[in-house]
Amino acid sequence: MSAPRRPTDPSGLERYYVLTGGRSGPGGSASSLDVATLIVSLTAPVPGMQHEHEEILRRCRDPLAVAELGAHLGLPFNILAVLLADLLEAGRVEARDPIPAHDAGRGPDLALLEEVLSGLQRL
Amino acid sequence: MDFKGFDHPGRQAAGAARSVKVMIAGGFGTGKTTMVRSVSDIKPLTTEETLTQASADDDHLIGVADKTETTVSLDFGKIGINEELVLYLFGTPGQERFWFLWNGLFKGALGAVVLVDTRRLASSFRAIEEMERQNVPFVIALNVFPDSQQHPIEEIRDALDISPHTPIVACDARDRASSRDVLIALIRHLKERSAVALESR
Repeated sequence: MSAPRRPTDPSGLERYYVLTGGRSGPGGSASSLDVATLIVSLTAPVPGMQHEHEEILRRCRDPLAVAELGAHLGLPFNILAVLLADLLEAGRVEARDPIPAHDAGRGPDLALLEEVLSGLQRL
Repeated sequence: MDFKGFDHPGRQAAGAARSVKVMIAGGFGTGKTTMVRSVSDIKPLTTEETLTQASADDDHLIGVADKTETTVSLDFGKIGINEELVLYLFGTPGQERFWFLWNGLFKGALGAVVLVDTRRLASSFRAIEEMERQNVPFVIALNVFPDSQQHPIEEIRDALDISPHTPIVACDARDRASSRDVLIALIRHLKERSAVALESR
């Protein structure tokens, strides 16, 4: 009989604590992440990488919104944001914020709205 | 695993991909998730935010953590607008009291659809107030339920105290084309606002 093993997939808060090394929120460039921010991998995973980092790089070969990534990985937004901050700082992913209707200084973007409108009309 | 793509930095679609965000708001049970589901290209997903709240309770037990963890959920879907542009639709969390904790939930959104059940107008008051407070442009979508009575739109506008510039449309949130038409009404409204803003500069 083998000795009791440490759970390899702790759930809930303990799991989040382990994943983030106890950090509760992202700093730097990731603090502005939006649920609709697109994440795009810039590099392939490298050996020895934390499993979740690897998983993010694998899933974001094609751009994926932070919310989608969270849903696929089963991670809440703030935990995911911490992991994304690591990858952003290491230059392994790129984050593209959603285009707002009113870009500061540029004024309302009619061309963008026209693009969205024609896409919806084709549905 | 296949990482071939990384050898080709010129991946066109990834290089140009952008997103826009539209919020679907409204009171409890007005059909927010139904609308996201009917119009989304993908099966709607749920993303969760774990919120830590300091306890407001003064007489908490010593030694017991004075923070509570609350999980709020956002249902969302997406629509491929074209090869390079994706529209994300987010249903607002059911518990409106948590909205303020959603840092930037409405920030960066093109606008919002506020769903209203005409049998229970008051259930969407809070959502309308929130849009006005956060200065989010919106349209009102009257989700017509089988036993909904027909009310003249202007009567509803009065009852909801909605500005004459805000469009009010009727819809069936279960129906893809009907939900799409609500989104079209929202984008047209945004275009009009933009055109007015451009003229007044």
